[in-house]
Amino acid sequence: MQQGPEEKTILQDVPWPDEPAVMAPGQTFGSVTDTIADAVLTRPIGLGWLFGLLVGMTLLGVLMAAVTYLFLVGVGIWGIEVPVAWGFAIINFVWWIGIGHAGTLISAILLLLKQTWRNSINRFAEAMTLFAVACAGMFPLLHMGRPWLAYWMFPYPSSMGVWPQFRSPLVWDVFAVSTYATISAVFWYVGLVPDLATMREKAKHPLTRKMYGILGMGWRGSARHWKNYEALYILLAGIATPLVLSVHTVVSFDFAVAIMPGWHTTIFPPYFVAGAIYSGFAMVLVLAIPIRKYYHLEGMITMRHLQNSAKIMLATGLIVAYGYAFEAFIAFYSGSTYERFMMQNRWLGQYAFLYWMLILCNILIPQVLWFPKVRAKTGWLFCISLVILVGMWLERFVIIVTSLSRDYLPSSWGHYTPTRWDYAVLAGTIGFFSAAMFIFIRIMPSISIFEMRTLLPEAEVKAK
Amino acid sequence: MSHAQLAPPIYGLLAEFDTATDLVNATKAAYAAGYRKMDAYSPFPIEEASEAVGFHKSRVPLIVLVGGILGGASGYGLQYWINCISYPLNIGGKPYQSWPAFIVPTFELTILFAGLCGVFGMFALNGLPMPHHPLFNVDRFSRVTRDKFFLCVEAADPKFDMEDTERFMRSLQPASISEVPH
Amino acid sequence: MKKESLVKIEAVCPSKMELAEVQEKLSRAKSGPQYWRSLEELAQSDGFFEMLHREFPRQASVWPEGTSRRDFLKLMSASMALAGLSACVKIPLEPIVPYVRQPSEVVLGNPLFFASAMPFGAYGSPVLVESHEGRPTKIEGNPEHPAGLGGSDVFSQASILDMYDPDRSQIITNVGELRTWSDYVLALEGALNSQKALQGAGLRILSGPTSSPTMGSLMEQVQTAFPQSKWVQWEPVNRDNVRAGSQLAFGQYVETRYNLEKADIILALDGDFLSSGFPGFLYYARQFAARRNPDLKEKMSRFYSIQSTPTNTSGKADHRLPVRASEVEQLARAIAAGLGAGGGGSVPPQYQKFVAAVVKDLQAHKGAAVVIPGDNQPPAVHALAHAMNAALGANGNTVTYTESVQAKPQDQTAALKDLVGEMNAGKVDLLLIVGANPVYDAPADFGFADAMDKVPLRVQHGLYQDETYDHVHWHINGTHYLEQWGDTRAFEGTASIVQPLVAPLYNGKSAYEFIFATVGSPESAGYDIVRRYWQDQVKGDFDTAWRKALNDGYIADTAFPAKTVSSKGGNIPSTNSISPEVMEVIFRRDPMIYDGSKANNGWLQETPKPITNLCWDNAVLISPSQAKKSGLVTGDIVEIDVNGRKVKGPIWPQPGHPDNSITVFLGYGRTKAGRVGTDVGFSGYKIRGSDAPWYAETRIKKVGEGFGFAHPQGFMYIDYSDLPKGTEPLKNRHIIRKATLADFISNPDFAHEGIESPPPEMTLYTNYKYTELKWGMTIDMNSCIGCKTCIVACQAENNIPVVGKEQTMRGRQMQWLRVDVYYEGGTENPNMFYQPVPCQQCENAPCEVVCPVGATVHSTEGLNDMVYNRCVGTRYCSNNCPYKVRRFNFLLFQDFTTPQFKMMRNPEVSVRSRGVMEKCTYCIQRISHGRITAEKENRKVRDGEVITACQQACPAGAIVFGDLNDPNSRVSKIKAQQRNYNLLEDLNTRPRTSYMAIVQNPNPELETSEPS
Repeated sequence: MQQGPEEKTILQDVPWPDEPAVMAPGQTFGSVTDTIADAVLTRPIGLGWLFGLLVGMTLLGVLMAAVTYLFLVGVGIWGIEVPVAWGFAIINFVWWIGIGHAGTLISAILLLLKQTWRNSINRFAEAMTLFAVACAGMFPLLHMGRPWLAYWMFPYPSSMGVWPQFRSPLVWDVFAVSTYATISAVFWYVGLVPDLATMREKAKHPLTRKMYGILGMGWRGSARHWKNYEALYILLAGIATPLVLSVHTVVSFDFAVAIMPGWHTTIFPPYFVAGAIYSGFAMVLVLAIPIRKYYHLEGMITMRHLQNSAKIMLATGLIVAYGYAFEAFIAFYSGSTYERFMMQNRWLGQYAFLYWMLILCNILIPQVLWFPKVRAKTGWLFCISLVILVGMWLERFVIIVTSLSRDYLPSSWGHYTPTRWDYAVLAGTIGFFSAAMFIFIRIMPSISIFEMRTLLPEAEVKAK
Repeated sequence: MSHAQLAPPIYGLLAEFDTATDLVNATKAAYAAGYRKMDAYSPFPIEEASEAVGFHKSRVPLIVLVGGILGGASGYGLQYWINCISYPLNIGGKPYQSWPAFIVPTFELTILFAGLCGVFGMFALNGLPMPHHPLFNVDRFSRVTRDKFFLCVEAADPKFDMEDTERFMRSLQPASISEVPH
Repeated sequence: MKKESLVKIEAVCPSKMELAEVQEKLSRAKSGPQYWRSLEELAQSDGFFEMLHREFPRQASVWPEGTSRRDFLKLMSASMALAGLSACVKIPLEPIVPYVRQPSEVVLGNPLFFASAMPFGAYGSPVLVESHEGRPTKIEGNPEHPAGLGGSDVFSQASILDMYDPDRSQIITNVGELRTWSDYVLALEGALNSQKALQGAGLRILSGPTSSPTMGSLMEQVQTAFPQSKWVQWEPVNRDNVRAGSQLAFGQYVETRYNLEKADIILALDGDFLSSGFPGFLYYARQFAARRNPDLKEKMSRFYSIQSTPTNTSGKADHRLPVRASEVEQLARAIAAGLGAGGGGSVPPQYQKFVAAVVKDLQAHKGAAVVIPGDNQPPAVHALAHAMNAALGANGNTVTYTESVQAKPQDQTAALKDLVGEMNAGKVDLLLIVGANPVYDAPADFGFADAMDKVPLRVQHGLYQDETYDHVHWHINGTHYLEQWGDTRAFEGTASIVQPLVAPLYNGKSAYEFIFATVGSPESAGYDIVRRYWQDQVKGDFDTAWRKALNDGYIADTAFPAKTVSSKGGNIPSTNSISPEVMEVIFRRDPMIYDGSKANNGWLQETPKPITNLCWDNAVLISPSQAKKSGLVTGDIVEIDVNGRKVKGPIWPQPGHPDNSITVFLGYGRTKAGRVGTDVGFSGYKIRGSDAPWYAETRIKKVGEGFGFAHPQGFMYIDYSDLPKGTEPLKNRHIIRKATLADFISNPDFAHEGIESPPPEMTLYTNYKYTELKWGMTIDMNSCIGCKTCIVACQAENNIPVVGKEQTMRGRQMQWLRVDVYYEGGTENPNMFYQPVPCQQCENAPCEVVCPVGATVHSTEGLNDMVYNRCVGTRYCSNNCPYKVRRFNFLLFQDFTTPQFKMMRNPEVSVRSRGVMEKCTYCIQRISHGRITAEKENRKVRDGEVITACQQACPAGAIVFGDLNDPNSRVSKIKAQQRNYNLLEDLNTRPRTSYMAIVQNPNPELETSEPS
């Protein structure tokens, strides 16, 4: 957060003369506080917000219906079959988990790298992580044949004396995802506490005061508290960083540990993580661009943030591209007839169209981000981000479906066609996600106020 | 002393400042003046401030370390006990102790325990949650969550004396001074 | 067994009555075993009528479009009304005798086996019936039976489901109203009295063909009682051609029997002798397999097949020649000429090489060669075959002739034609139909239904209220062969007594009782009828003979002796053939649902048919090249026009099918078969004329497209595929390993040459030791004839649900065992290979490692156990199974409500519900059974003591199972052979199931023409 001049490092993000600043000039502690807090407290509920919430809620309703029917009838309502026994559920799971990653990355890794520009976007990025992980977390449960027995995945002393099978990547998932969800949640909450105190003081209505008061834990900004607080915050960032990397690595193990051609490959962990960050930042932009516009936060979320995010997408996108290339190379270099066939089948087989679509969305189109002009246009950034989100979803589809539908014994090859219920669940989680986001920006400061204060020149202590 | 006996029972004296720099300087002065039971309050973390009030080392890192070790040990221990002692099974020809497979849950539990211990440790060390605190009786103090900086010298400090302390604090040119009633 | 014990067993399972009134009626009527006979007085109450009608509502078979078959099956839960009646075990009243080597009294939990025989068509197939506490649950082959040799076929395996079919007719009706047997007898007496005066001139009996001696004697009794009466036998897939052929050759009808054990060279003229339903199939399959063992070196037999429609038989041939059905005769004549057995004529140039080679080969093996004609070939071909066999000195060696096994054989088509004529002429007053469904399957040109409606009194006796039911006055519900006393003869004459395992579920009458009612007492039981007949036959102590017969499942030395026949001489008139330009349509009985009588059997409907691997439908088979020519693709609907008669069916391009020819499997398009079989496929009978019952001229035109087939396995070529050019060839996966006999002799290790197979010690871990028992299985692909009996046996043994067409199309079929078919070498005349794939029981099982809850783990005997109760259904194991042998209950496939099915299930196998993974377990229930017996007797499990269901059923004996720790066990010995190999060996999963590589024995002279 707050740096004395001697702490400046090359990592530190210093705007070039012609580049936009991290914060618009003319802000004070007070103005920062008010702009952010008033967006929640005093601003009247707008039609746009209502409409957005309505859409989200409607889709959420769809999810409820789909899940009810699913539990009543069984996973047979989906398109899955043998050989393709995993479908949308797992695709969506991986996709959502990936999206979540950007939040932790921004709040933890950028914090460690002293990227002060993160301060204005980390709060809702973390919220995004929470909701994305919540969406992802649903699927392992939903996709089970007997979801009411999901608790068997956890180690608890059962009367049968049986335990989870710890060699299974699915058990690893249980540990990784639940840990990830917990840590992200506390990280987010700890970050919120000082701002909740602010809200407590600013809130007019006694009830809201009480609410914020309780959540704020009676924070009073004591120097001692700040010291412990800072120590913890940096440590949380420190452990969240390997955690976030481990989570998508573990998710990639779901495939890498299996023996299916196209799954059993060591390149998966790095390029899954890169892909996760890739899609995560895309989602950040998809959220940030409208929010800053709608709530007039251009002063806090400046073009600089958007451009830096774009650069990160460009970088991670290239790592992903490398992943694809290396996957193909190894397939042929391995000398395994199954791997070679798998690759050829991706290029020419029944799902070839989707493969080339994903190459287009994930590799070709995003290259326009090389041009500063493009990075300077929010409209462009928004559209490209959407394209990338689609592309990353397709990537998981291609990995899961093409490998399973054309595996070892030609006699058992099959074809996967999703049903309307598959689409319903996907749409439903998107609804859940957006509804949650809409509610969040109305009840919590969507930018970290106290961290923004530290960005002001007055924040620096001129020791005498 | 007579003054002390006359002095009304209060929590302490609260001086308000406009900038972080003033706060830090004032705090340092107070510390130099021999005051110990005092604390600086600010709308955002100021490392110099905690240094100035003489709070140099946080115990949070230690707690996190202990939590992490605990988590890791219990993580691997659980898996070893289950697979090698409680219910050994031949799973696809893999040995009972498939340590490479056990690494992942071990790692995750390390993180989980470390994180949670840290968070609860921090709140415990800070004595939070504390819904009420005497400082909240001072209306101006509410701005500590916005844009003002405060220094509170507590009555419990042995060197505290109503007039002396007040006089001393005025010498720091605060924006205002107020008594903090219990 | 004695009555007391019966009563006891009744007590073991109290009846569960649904309707209160019936309950109290029963309680009044209850009296030991007699209690079930009280149905009649029960039936007085209106409430009971109502209940019965609700049991079978008129609309039962009419359901809204698009409802899946699975729904149909689930609808059976609607038939709860009779639950009380049917959910209880009913022991037959007469003493039945369990199979030898079994305790003769019921021990709860221990199944008993009873030897019996299943009458099928005109012949009987020997069976052992497994019975749990009086409930028959599984059919097995009878290893003692001289004609069965232990094997079994799909029909006998599936017959258990026939018996428990809730759609069976359960009541006696008169024009749809519930009646009782006595009502019927009254009505019958009236009609018979008037017939007595006319000497039965107006009495006609229409039955299926039978080999039952008792039924034969009944025929005579009827004849004597009503001299003028006529008894017509009719089955749609009859053997008239065979009979006519034998008439042509010998002037009399004789049964032809082959001895493939002695045959070095086999020439099939469309002869489908390796398919279930062919008389002697079980016997021939065993013999054929025995002579195909490549370890015989030069003595391995060679098989030429000249066939029209490719069948699993022709798939086994070393050389195939696909020709139009109408061309077979031409080739037969040419070959006959070559052998100096009459014939003559010329063959098209493209066939000459083949013919020459065959002739040469046959002549080189005089006395050890055999020619087998197909039932669907015209009499001339049969006559020629007889002549050729004579010329080859086959008679007495590879061919023997016997008396007709079928009782009173006749030219069925002609007889039926006369009957129709008489009915139209009003000469028939009383028509009794026994076990036949002519309204559905009579030749289209007869107009049987209309003619039949002219008969004043029409009575049907049968298992179903089928198409014919709508045209009769009286319907008597019949009994299944597991519910009745009877007898039958195997294809070589050996007689068996059919003994009931359970009293008639719905108190039906057996055919014997039904017929006997016309000549004798209507109340006499089938038991007495059959016994009385045999009492006259057997000399010496009858009771011991009877007991022995029941015990063994056959009556010793009743096989017909060989009969010397002399050729009638004279040249064989040629059948008028179809000109090569005109397209021909070939009619074949369906490999699974036969002539349609099995249409309501879910197991058979869902079992992929040999070669095509289609299920739940029949198709218009056409050669891929022909399809291309006519611009047809899979799923196009064509209208088949056989001189004016039209029917629509979907196109299925079938590799190996002759050009300018289409094949239609009969038996589909039932309109009143039951919930399963109604409105499935299209009926070939609609276009099948009496003049050309097996192949006819036709024209087809496309009238639609986009028909969806249920097809559990795609076409697979190991050398070619419809995959894009340049993709990795599939043959690199070494799924099928094969060689010619010559190569095998020169290089016995061909199955492992240049194929990576990691040695067991190549691992970082210490391998687990399986010290006690170590189960393993081998499947000899050289013996496997692709008949799919193993699949049905597995389904019956392991309570595997039927999922229906819709779910099968989605790739959710549940059969644990599948038989893959691989093609090699183009689409005109590809090589075909069958590969049964059960769970491979890998020692390094990929499925186990990924299961999050340990629902699939390894046992100390090396089995890949599946713990259903622990499974949470993540399906990860299925994804990670390279053999894709795991099956998942995506929905609630199992029918838990239908009482009949509750009785049918194997109590030793848990019934899986929704959301659970399941798979082959090597029949673990049988393994435990064997282990427990061994432990009780304090010894090791003997080799061959534990036999899996598929192994037991396999007619070719291709599957061998046993303990790998015992070096002398059959399975260990086979695994030691060089032909033995593992599937996907390079993955190092170390399967316990392994395969024996294929060795073919092609004629060097023809090899060039053989695609490689």
